Amino acid sequence: MEPSTRRWFPGSNRAASGFTLAAMPSLCRDCLHHDATPFPDACPRCGGRRLVAHDELETLSIAHVDCDSFYASVEKRDRPELADKPLIVGHAGGRGVATTACYIARRYGARSAMPMYKCLELCPHAVVLPPDMPKYRRVAEEIRAIFAAVTDCVEPVSVDEAYLDMAPEHRRGDAGAAVLLADVALRVEQEIGLTVSVGLGPNKFLAKLASDMNKPRGFTVIGQAEARSVLAPLPVERIHGVGRALAGRLTAQGWTTIGHLQALGEMELTLRHGKLGRRLYHYARGLDERRVTPVRPAKSVSKETTFRRDLHRLADLEAELAGLTDSLAGALARKEVAGLTVVLKLKTSGFRTLTRNRRLPEATRRAEVILAAARLLLARELADSPGDSYRLIGVGLADLCPAEQADPPDLFAPGGEGRP
Amino acid sequence: MKLTIERTALLKSLGHVQSVVERRNTLAILSNVLLTAGPEGLSLNATDMDLEIVETAPAEVVGEGATTAPAHTLYDIVRKLPDGAQVELSFEPEDGQLTLRSGRSRFALAALPAGEFPAMSSGAYGHTFSLAAGELRSLIDRTRFAISTEETRYYLNGIFLHAADNGGVAVLRAVATDGHRLARVEMPLPEGAAGMPSVIVPRKAVAELRKLIDEADDDITVSLSESRIRFAFGSATLTSKLIDGTFPDYERVIPTDNDKLLEADCKLLHQAVDRVSAISSEKSRAIKVSLEKGSLTLSASSPEAGSAVEEIEAGYEGPPLEIGFNSRYLLDILQQVDGDAARFAIADNASPTVVQDVADQTAVYVLMPMRV
Repeated sequence: MEPSTRRWFPGSNRAASGFTLAAMPSLCRDCLHHDATPFPDACPRCGGRRLVAHDELETLSIAHVDCDSFYASVEKRDRPELADKPLIVGHAGGRGVATTACYIARRYGARSAMPMYKCLELCPHAVVLPPDMPKYRRVAEEIRAIFAAVTDCVEPVSVDEAYLDMAPEHRRGDAGAAVLLADVALRVEQEIGLTVSVGLGPNKFLAKLASDMNKPRGFTVIGQAEARSVLAPLPVERIHGVGRALAGRLTAQGWTTIGHLQALGEMELTLRHGKLGRRLYHYARGLDERRVTPVRPAKSVSKETTFRRDLHRLADLEAELAGLTDSLAGALARKEVAGLTVVLKLKTSGFRTLTRNRRLPEATRRAEVILAAARLLLARELADSPGDSYRLIGVGLADLCPAEQADPPDLFAPGGEGRP
Repeated sequence: MKLTIERTALLKSLGHVQSVVERRNTLAILSNVLLTAGPEGLSLNATDMDLEIVETAPAEVVGEGATTAPAHTLYDIVRKLPDGAQVELSFEPEDGQLTLRSGRSRFALAALPAGEFPAMSSGAYGHTFSLAAGELRSLIDRTRFAISTEETRYYLNGIFLHAADNGGVAVLRAVATDGHRLARVEMPLPEGAAGMPSVIVPRKAVAELRKLIDEADDDITVSLSESRIRFAFGSATLTSKLIDGTFPDYERVIPTDNDKLLEADCKLLHQAVDRVSAISSEKSRAIKVSLEKGSLTLSASSPEAGSAVEEIEAGYEGPPLEIGFNSRYLLDILQQVDGDAARFAIADNASPTVVQDVADQTAVYVLMPMRV
């Protein structure tokens, strides 16, 4: 089945207004005026034209809120002179990737996660700033405080995006979910000076899809009713959990769009792709049972770096490892966690990524213990594949536990000193 | 080379040597067992370059000679032959294959020349003494649980074997520790062991040695040099490199003046700790011991699993005290106590606790408390 007509994005300002005659709840994003009947072209109260109208506007409760080009926007906010210039946040000169490209830089084709050199090829006059993570974390905290004012159920996904469960039992105050979300967007603009894009839907998958549809400063609604038709023309990669590898397998079977998957039965997908197939079946229909879980404890903590030049000597790699381990230990201290499994990550010059694990006898948060284990893994890997060179090294800690359970007292503490 | 051997005898010897052979080897020859047919029978030799076991099995040798064949494959085949079978092994240098015949089965295994098999240099052993199998077993069994698996502390990855003086009595001591617990076991110093070098026997050698002891009845001859240790049984010899490192000064971490004494029925305590620890967190395995006059209360809690409490009678006259232990380490130690009662000597909840069998003073266990 090949979906023949491309539909407009639903839920956006003009969504659905073309064919629905019945009472459709509407909301003005500028003054929060709302009504159970549709507004004409502009808000009857303030004349604003940023309107949202959707049949399910009053019942949908799962939102995804995403900051627009977060790092770049924070930097532009703090340096007004950059406002009209293309800006890329990332490490200049290195071989790393751009962390964020602002919307001006994106017009030239630069993208977040694109290799830096490529961004600069496309947009040579871009201003490049190194990321200032502590600052972004501070701003993210301020934004989360605004989220927390409208619901008690916020699941941060990363520093710049979060799911909000706006169901009546979670949301604060009498206003509906859509009104509260529009208010969140306004407050972030006014109080923090950044813009966000909001997606509202019946579940996490559709909410995330929606927030992505009209960036920046968007407010997009996808209801369960139109989920199938909205999804049908989209490429399979847009499904949560479908990466390059799976997309390749699906494409090889001739299934390039979500519409193709919709034509398949649950049994067929499950037989071909196992558990994942079942998920594909449901996601393709816009069904997603995942709940918004307020605290999502980290599964692992890690640090990695891409080198300016490929490295192959053990001593050089160990030196990089030592620096990373120190910053890892810093992150563990901040998060007040420790872990039982040390993970070494390497990327070869041929872009093969490998990870090696080592389970420690006791959980630790100490840099020297992590480093010792990581060095062992590194030495073993280099001995196993002599001649390889590497472009990236990373070290992490998994099987996390509270810090107080780590590093039990040792009879022969460092330096061979036992307790008296 | 040509010989006939009983399946049972071949299986037993292969069983001893094959576990020395690592599953993954960069050198093909190290995956093989060296087979030598001579006047004594069939000699089997396997090594990982650090550890070597040579064992001789009775066989009817028709033609003398030697070759090597994949150890795990050979073991697998012999294991699957029927009980009581006769096995014929033959090797002709020109076809480069070891042929195994038994009943109607015939196997041809890729062989590598015996000349390529690395021999562990024997060197001179300066000290030799004998131990009863039971004595060596007891030294190993009561210490090996405490051997560290942390490769970064390689000098703790084995049992420290040395001659010592305990209150004027010369003893042979085995010590193992991972920093969280320590086991020190001793026996009267055997004749010939005086002046022996202090050595660290690697964990893998300890494990293989332990298997050989199970089938040994006679005395075991121990030979030592600065870099090697050799254990000679009736028909088998195990030679191992020693860990090249300095074992820490363990004596200073064994407290001698801990004044709060606790005596408890070992079996009851073991069972109670085992039960209560079902609740303790998988990662810390912490268990809290609360002591009051005449009683001991074990408790554990974890945010996920809940909590558990159990009280048992115990001989304790000191002031109330709470101390935390890793339940698994505590169980390990209690398991070593053969007698009815265990005695704990405690200083406070942050210093090492000493555990001993009330009826047997040859073993001392030290346990580091945990924060609870």
